[in-house]
Amino acid sequence: MIKFFLMVNKQGQTRLSKYYEHVDINKRTLLETEVIKSCLSRSNEQCSFIEYKDFKLIYRQYAALFIVVGVNDTESELDIMFNLDKVHIILDEMVLNGCIVETNRARILAPLLILDKMSES
Amino acid sequence: MSDIVEKTLTALPGLFLQNQPGGGPAAAKASFSSRLGSLVRGITALTSKHEEEKLIQQELSSLKATVSAPTTTLKMMKECMVRLIYCEMLGYDASFGYIHAIKLAQQGNLLEKRVGYLAVSLFLHESHELLLLLVNTVVKDLQSTNLVEVCMALTVVSQIFPCEMIPAVLPLIEDKLQHSKEIVRRKAVLALYKFHLIAPNQVQHIHIKFRKALCDRDVGVMAASLHIYLRMIKENSSGYKDLTGSFVTILKQVVGGKLPVEFNYHSVPAPWLQIQLLRILGLLGKDDQRTSELMYDVLDESLRRAELNHNVTYAILFECVHTVYSIYPKSELLEKAAKCIGKFVLSPKINLKYLGLKALTYVIQQDPTLALQHQMTIIECLDHPDPIIKRETLELLYRITNAQNITVIVQKMLEYLHQSKEEYVIVNLVGKIAELAEKYAPDNAWFIQTMNAVFSVGGDVMHPDIPNNFLRLLAEGFDDETEDQQLRLYAVQSYLTLLDMENVFYPQRFLQVMSWVDASLSFLDGFVAEGLSQGAAPYKPPHQRQEEKLSQEKVLNFEPYGLSFSSSGFTGRQSPAGISLGSDVSGNSAETGLKETNSLKLEGIKKLWGKEGYLPKKESKTGDESGALPVPQESIMENVDQAITKKDQSQVLTQSKEEKEKQLLASSLFVGLGSESTINLLGKADTVSHKFRRKSKVKEAKSGETTSTHNMTCSSFSSLSNVAYEDDYYSNTLHDTGDKELKKFSLTSELLDSESLTELPLVEKFSYCSLSTPSLFANNNMEIFHPPQSTAASVAKESSLASSFLEETTEYIHSNAMEVCNNETISVSSYKIWKDDCLLMVWSVTNKSGLELKSADLEIFPAENFKVTEQPGCCLPVMEAESTKSFQYSVQIEKPFTEGNLTGFISYHMMDTHSAQLEFSVNLSLLDFIRPLKISSDDFGKLWLSFANDVKQNVKMSESQAALPSALKTLQQKLRLHIIEIIGNEGLLACQLLPSIPCLLHCRVHADVLALWFRSSCSTLPDYLLYQCQKVMEGS
Repeated sequence: MIKFFLMVNKQGQTRLSKYYEHVDINKRTLLETEVIKSCLSRSNEQCSFIEYKDFKLIYRQYAALFIVVGVNDTESELDIMFNLDKVHIILDEMVLNGCIVETNRARILAPLLILDKMSES
Repeated sequence: MSDIVEKTLTALPGLFLQNQPGGGPAAAKASFSSRLGSLVRGITALTSKHEEEKLIQQELSSLKATVSAPTTTLKMMKECMVRLIYCEMLGYDASFGYIHAIKLAQQGNLLEKRVGYLAVSLFLHESHELLLLLVNTVVKDLQSTNLVEVCMALTVVSQIFPCEMIPAVLPLIEDKLQHSKEIVRRKAVLALYKFHLIAPNQVQHIHIKFRKALCDRDVGVMAASLHIYLRMIKENSSGYKDLTGSFVTILKQVVGGKLPVEFNYHSVPAPWLQIQLLRILGLLGKDDQRTSELMYDVLDESLRRAELNHNVTYAILFECVHTVYSIYPKSELLEKAAKCIGKFVLSPKINLKYLGLKALTYVIQQDPTLALQHQMTIIECLDHPDPIIKRETLELLYRITNAQNITVIVQKMLEYLHQSKEEYVIVNLVGKIAELAEKYAPDNAWFIQTMNAVFSVGGDVMHPDIPNNFLRLLAEGFDDETEDQQLRLYAVQSYLTLLDMENVFYPQRFLQVMSWVDASLSFLDGFVAEGLSQGAAPYKPPHQRQEEKLSQEKVLNFEPYGLSFSSSGFTGRQSPAGISLGSDVSGNSAETGLKETNSLKLEGIKKLWGKEGYLPKKESKTGDESGALPVPQESIMENVDQAITKKDQSQVLTQSKEEKEKQLLASSLFVGLGSESTINLLGKADTVSHKFRRKSKVKEAKSGETTSTHNMTCSSFSSLSNVAYEDDYYSNTLHDTGDKELKKFSLTSELLDSESLTELPLVEKFSYCSLSTPSLFANNNMEIFHPPQSTAASVAKESSLASSFLEETTEYIHSNAMEVCNNETISVSSYKIWKDDCLLMVWSVTNKSGLELKSADLEIFPAENFKVTEQPGCCLPVMEAESTKSFQYSVQIEKPFTEGNLTGFISYHMMDTHSAQLEFSVNLSLLDFIRPLKISSDDFGKLWLSFANDVKQNVKMSESQAALPSALKTLQQKLRLHIIEIIGNEGLLACQLLPSIPCLLHCRVHADVLALWFRSSCSTLPDYLLYQCQKVMEGS
């Protein structure tokens, strides 16, 4: 199951974090630092999987942003940042309780589109 | 309001530049919407953690003021929440805003509400007390007529909800399962999934509704229900077998592209749905042939359809392979899955390689041959620059470790361990090494050295079970006191050496282990004292005395590494182990005893031997000390270095031989991975030969005595350090040896088979006895050596034949006569006479009829393995009525075997016209050709050293033979071994295989286990004899 979803930039700053299992706030920072450290230490020739403690990190680099998913047994950086809430809402549609629950793009976006329309009007 | 804004803005210098404080709501809105942006930009621009902390603290205090101000609008509150989320994300406590998040969810309009819920789900955890305040809002929203509000409520319930409040919302959510909109039904199912996770009992009654969701007309709802099913099936697969058909149908539809295209991902139909279904099928089909049969077709189709073109298809294939190997096997599918794994493993894409290794690791225990297929790839991955790939490969090797490849695999693990810094990796690896070492240690020295490495690297972080188990092992030991003592001695020795080194720091736990072991040094004192007192033994050749003196000095000196190496070379030469090079035969014997016990026994046996061969008992006790204290040689890592320096010549060759090295490594890693029976059979035997290897190498390096190259090759077979630097010739012959070993494996299994087959003749024998019908199997050689358990009737029958025994029968031991064939006219019985120089087979033909038989002739077909010579006077032209005539054949053996058949026929003419022919066959055992070899103890010792082929095995004795004399007597009686000498709990025996192949046997008894050690000039004889011994010892 998915333990957390992270977006971290190359400087090691967390851009988005979502935990599907409660982690203490002070432990989160530590964890994220270590996660991004292990991601940064890897080259393109190395695989996208990192064994980290008792779970596994799967990462992908997107421009300067690392998207990291922590599992136990699977746009531009600033855009994500400025729409923190929206990204979360999208993510909530896709992942719940560590499970990928929706991958149909139209359906993922539907609730957000409604909200967007409402805030405009 | 504007002055509040102004006030907060002054706290943020960065914002002055962008947002001019203005009056009115418009200005406030503008400034608020960009506040997050400014904060993010501000943080990004900073270079130190300290600056970040300062800025965030300022931000937080301004936020604190804003959120608690009565004038703050919900819209501003929403913006504050997002900034609070950001601050918490960076690791700064924003708990003052939690209550406002709940309020926002309660009071805000749609978007504000959504952000309120979002903040709650991010800020709070399941058991947070504030969460209870959210329940009312959720209930209200669930009942809302606004679809969006309902969805938000359902989303937050699926994320975070207090367990004890489930009853408050459950009926509402159940209702939503019938909602007209798919999104509501879907979210309701996901909310129920959440409940199932946190309180399965509370949703038990609605299982039927899950089924409805599974059959929902909307794919999304159906897919959502699979999360619940996967979970429930994981917990109890038997309860959902009836759904297998449904899951199969759904998967078929998905794979067949029946879903709306919008569910495609990179033109792959609903990949995550496929994966989910494959996982469910894997659980349902596990150990269930009938259920598995239902899914073979769809799995086949999945494998076929998912072509390697995109990451997500790899995921599907990976899952497919997993499922195929989880369910009841179907060879066709396994083949395809294996092929798929092959594609993964061989892929140049690193991520695919990783997946391939993962898949291999999973399937390897079920199908070890796959590891053999991909051995070269695995070797390459072992040296892969990516440590993750390396580690995964080690994980794979860990699963295929056996007694034969343990040293190589553990060495690889230790190499990785020394490079690892991450605590988790160290703890994990150290645990695995310790586990493997305890399970498969080939000898004391290796075990202690490996554990030393484990303790020095992982001492501070390892699981406390490791030192505990290790100490218990040392304390309690095995069955044999001598072995235990040697293990302890070795441990103490190695610790003293380690402690002697300067400027080295050992982990606390390692020091604890050392001091614990040293505390029991008393046992050592006794041992030394005993050795010294026995040093004044009656007779000792002068050179031997000198050696002992030397070795005793060593005991007291506790020499460091450098010198001890030479001393171990010395002892190596002195002990038979030094000369007993692991022949290819030894890899062949099937041993049963405990691994450790077995390997340790070798040490015990050693002490019977000196430089010149056998040592009388008393001296051997002291001589033992030198053997028992090989003194830590080299650490495992150093071993490699030494190998390099010792063989500088071959070192030159190494670069160009890289490929060859890999193959050598492969042969040492994947040894023993064949059919399952092979693995079991070989587990033991190799441990034995393995132990000799090291010694033999040391010996060659040190004493420079010539040893047969073949043996050398063998000896280096599975030791990486040796293997890697062998020269050309070795590496070539190595493969031959490998082949030979493989052949031998199958041979061994044949032996086992034949063992079980011999049960049959016994049964038939009983039927023969009672029914008096002739049976071809009646002549069971095992039964001949001792009175057969026959009925009175058959005894009578046999005794009637006794009169016809040849004269030789009085001179030599012979078997009872057995009828081998008969008809109304004649009856043929046969018996064996075990002459000193050959086996004499006698067939006596009795004419039962009242008529004369003409041209009676008996012929034996030429047989493999045997040379049959007809003795004179066998062809009898005429056989009178009711007379008995004998035909004699001498039989010589051409090559060792276990059991063979002699077949032949008797033909005769009756009254000139009628001719008849009767076929018969007789079983011959190897034992028919074994004769005692009467030699002296001295000769035994000399012969022992000259034989290269040896086999060792522990045999459990039945109660009746628990003592050595009775066991040896059994061997003497049933196998005709000559007992040369019995010394304490050890015995020496010898025999020869006709015409003149000697075989020596060394026996040692401890408890009810008899340790047998055969040596012979013939490579196969020890095995055959061992087999016979086992039969005798276990059968009686």
